[in-house]
Amino acid sequence: MEKILEVKQIEKYYGNKGNITKAIDNISFTVESGEFVGIMGASGSGKTTLLNCISTIDRVTAGNIYINNQDITKLKGNKLNQFRREELGFIFQDFNLLDTLTCYENIALALTIQKVNPKEIKKRVEEIADKLGIKEILKKYPYQISGGQKQRIASSRAIITNPKLVLADEPTGALDSKSARQLLENFEYLNKTLGATILMVTHDAFTASYASRILFIKDGKIFNELKRGSNTRKEFFSKIIEVVTLLGGELNDVI
Amino acid sequence: MMSFKLAFKSMKKNMKDYVIYFLTLVLGVAIFYIFNSMDSQQAMMKMSESKQQIMDLMTQVLGGVSVFISFVLGFLIVYANNFLIKRRKKEFGLYMLLGMGKGKISKILLLETLLVGIFSLAIGLVIGIFASQLMSILVSKMFEADMSNYQFIFSQDALIKTLVYFAIIYLCVMVINVFATSKYKLIDLITAKNKNEKIKIKSPIISVIIFILSIGILGSAYYLAITKITQADILPIFLAIGLGCIGTFLFFYSLSGFMLKIIQTRKKIYQKDLNMFVLRQIDSKINTTVFSMSVICVLLFLTICIFSSAMSINNTLTTQLKTYTPIDATFNKRVNIAEGEKKPYTGTYSKQEAENAKISIKDSLQQAGIDVNQDFSEAITTYVYTTDTLKQIDSFKPIEAKIKKDYSAVDLTSKEPIMKLSEYNKIAPLYGNEPLTLKDNEFVVICNYDEIKNLRNEALQKGLTIEINGKTYVPKKLECQNAFYSISAQPMEAGTYILPDDALPEEGKTLEYLHVNYQGTTPQEKAKIEQKIANLSDRNGAANEITLSNLSAYTRTSIYDASKGLAATVTFIGLYLGIVFLISSSAILALKELSESSDNKERYKILRKIGADEKMINKALFKQIGIFYLIPLSLAVVHSIFGIKVCSIILAMFGKQDLVTSIAITAGFIVLIYGAYFLATYYGSKAIIKEE
Repeated sequence: MEKILEVKQIEKYYGNKGNITKAIDNISFTVESGEFVGIMGASGSGKTTLLNCISTIDRVTAGNIYINNQDITKLKGNKLNQFRREELGFIFQDFNLLDTLTCYENIALALTIQKVNPKEIKKRVEEIADKLGIKEILKKYPYQISGGQKQRIASSRAIITNPKLVLADEPTGALDSKSARQLLENFEYLNKTLGATILMVTHDAFTASYASRILFIKDGKIFNELKRGSNTRKEFFSKIIEVVTLLGGELNDVI
Repeated sequence: MMSFKLAFKSMKKNMKDYVIYFLTLVLGVAIFYIFNSMDSQQAMMKMSESKQQIMDLMTQVLGGVSVFISFVLGFLIVYANNFLIKRRKKEFGLYMLLGMGKGKISKILLLETLLVGIFSLAIGLVIGIFASQLMSILVSKMFEADMSNYQFIFSQDALIKTLVYFAIIYLCVMVINVFATSKYKLIDLITAKNKNEKIKIKSPIISVIIFILSIGILGSAYYLAITKITQADILPIFLAIGLGCIGTFLFFYSLSGFMLKIIQTRKKIYQKDLNMFVLRQIDSKINTTVFSMSVICVLLFLTICIFSSAMSINNTLTTQLKTYTPIDATFNKRVNIAEGEKKPYTGTYSKQEAENAKISIKDSLQQAGIDVNQDFSEAITTYVYTTDTLKQIDSFKPIEAKIKKDYSAVDLTSKEPIMKLSEYNKIAPLYGNEPLTLKDNEFVVICNYDEIKNLRNEALQKGLTIEINGKTYVPKKLECQNAFYSISAQPMEAGTYILPDDALPEEGKTLEYLHVNYQGTTPQEKAKIEQKIANLSDRNGAANEITLSNLSAYTRTSIYDASKGLAATVTFIGLYLGIVFLISSSAILALKELSESSDNKERYKILRKIGADEKMINKALFKQIGIFYLIPLSLAVVHSIFGIKVCSIILAMFGKQDLVTSIAITAGFIVLIYGAYFLATYYGSKAIIKEE
């Protein structure tokens, strides 16, 4: 299997001299092509910082991150922007859809930024909309549709550019359980059928149980790793709960 | 103390949003002071009495305009303040959540307004006082006054006036603020930020229909403006302006929907870079600011018309002066008066006046103490004749129906002035007129007042002949000759017939003219004689000086002074109104745009997250703000094309307008102020949306 993401001994400090917070403390792991990896941790554990560093929104203090064999910690300015728009796809907790644009336009915008030919834009948007079952709502504005639909639009936008890696930050955080389930089934479809590599940050065990592998983070360090293997989703879910109980502390109260 | 601290801190914190508002206030105060301090400027300038009178008049007019200006500025300040207060709902919500009463919040707001008011007044006044020194240079230049004894000027009156006017405005703002806070509900304040501005979606078809309708209304307003407004009848102007306002509102109401629809069909443009986002941004913005957009457009339109008209009056007044005052003075006097004859307006001539009319101008002047031989290097007498057989109605016979319809208010029974060919030729070199020769049945009409000249030309071309004492005369040329025989500030000759000498009996003499040049080579020598003539006018009304009755004197100096004064007055009013209108509209646009930028911060963040780079984002921002600024300006420019046309019709009495120069100056002026606000908005927005 091809290595898509390699994180090598990264550290991230916040604050100044005399008052340093270690948000990430020497983390290393790899994600291979076609994997669906979940990162779990309580709030303050450093999971969002980790995602921000991988997504090039934030910079590491030390260590290297390779995406598709390219060291993104060395990228700067426009190269970084170009890398971000060509290699990565994002899905956020609060959808981050532009409220002035229709759903169609929201998805298309990811392509126009890459200067894709208008004819091709139409074809690709319709294709992805078909696959995720959002064809009927393309002409609507974000405020006219439900949260689950919004997140599916956001997912379409994230993968329409065929990114090497899709990064999802608490994608179910703002959804009710039914919509969450629907979205996660969509993720499974993206991962299994379309072959998208997904890295998802969450604190919710149910959401995490859809992943094929889970990294647990506590106090900026990797605390445990869990693989789904041949387990069913339900079995995997109870394993996750076990680890969460082991982790103790704050993560307990999120179950 | 606590309230003061909060007020001061929040003012400092909001500086980013406030900066343009604050600068506009400062500018408003400074301008208000400068234009009201005019009266103190003349203290240091040496100038003639007539100039001083004109300057007094000008300061009075400017004072009147200031009242109007204070309303405009008041409106601007109240509007901008309301707008900024609305944006701070969340902050007030937090205060209230922490247990602060509404009274206390009002107090903070009061203090804030007070602080902003005091600072803007103080800084504005300091700038105003220094800038008014520069202004005095402009004033002295326009009045051609001697400013050799320069002194630092400070106008207490203007200071007090500025303080009082702005104090009233700020007081209004305070009352409105207190009133507004008393109506706030905590739940609204807390959720204020979360509420997305409602996106009104208009059906594209309705947009297109309204757009076409608005174009139709604007078109008919333009049509009215250029075809129905004449100097004699300017009433359609109100209808045109009313239609224009409605059309403008509908235009902006439907513009974005229409524009979006059009551009969406052009996929190459619409789906390029961030164009989709830019257009949607503009669309939502125009939809929520239809009213302000219309107001801004109308203000810009007024600015362009007022400013360019003022500039062109100034230009024409000053450039025409030289051409139309070729000699030092022209006198005229009624002759041949019968006792009991009706005066032109009211009353009848007395016996004494009839007697008086027998004395020639030269003799009258001699009696009044002006030595005609010593004081004048040149003094030529000519006469204007009239006859009952040649009235105005006879001149327009071929186009009588049209005249009666279009100029129904004009009295056409007055007699036409006539000059003898030999006398005309005698003074032709003095005025730079072309000498004429006539066969004994020919006539020429001289005229240089455009509107009437056109009518006379039309009559001539349609076969006008005249009959005097039974003899028929035919025109030598089918158009009027450009000529005049009395000095004036601008072309004023409405039409005089030149006929062969023997055509006119002596008893037809109506007016005597005396065309003179003063003796002397230096300005001082000439000024002395001018002073003597100026003294005549003071004595004219006195009963014992009846020899001077019905004698009029037009001197080059008095015409110069009056014209320069008028030109200066018009220019200053134009500048004053123009600047205030322009900064008001620019400030509203800038405030809207900047506050949107803070709201849009999230949107730009999203763009960054999905991979748009800074260059793309800056370009999108520039396009968005640029289009937002250009839209009202473009429509205002289109309006102005017709507006200026109407202005030049109304202002035709000032002579031919030099539009190119004045429009160029106006354009420069707008680019400077509007452009500065645009750039400030762009860089301000860029700083706001920049990632921390």
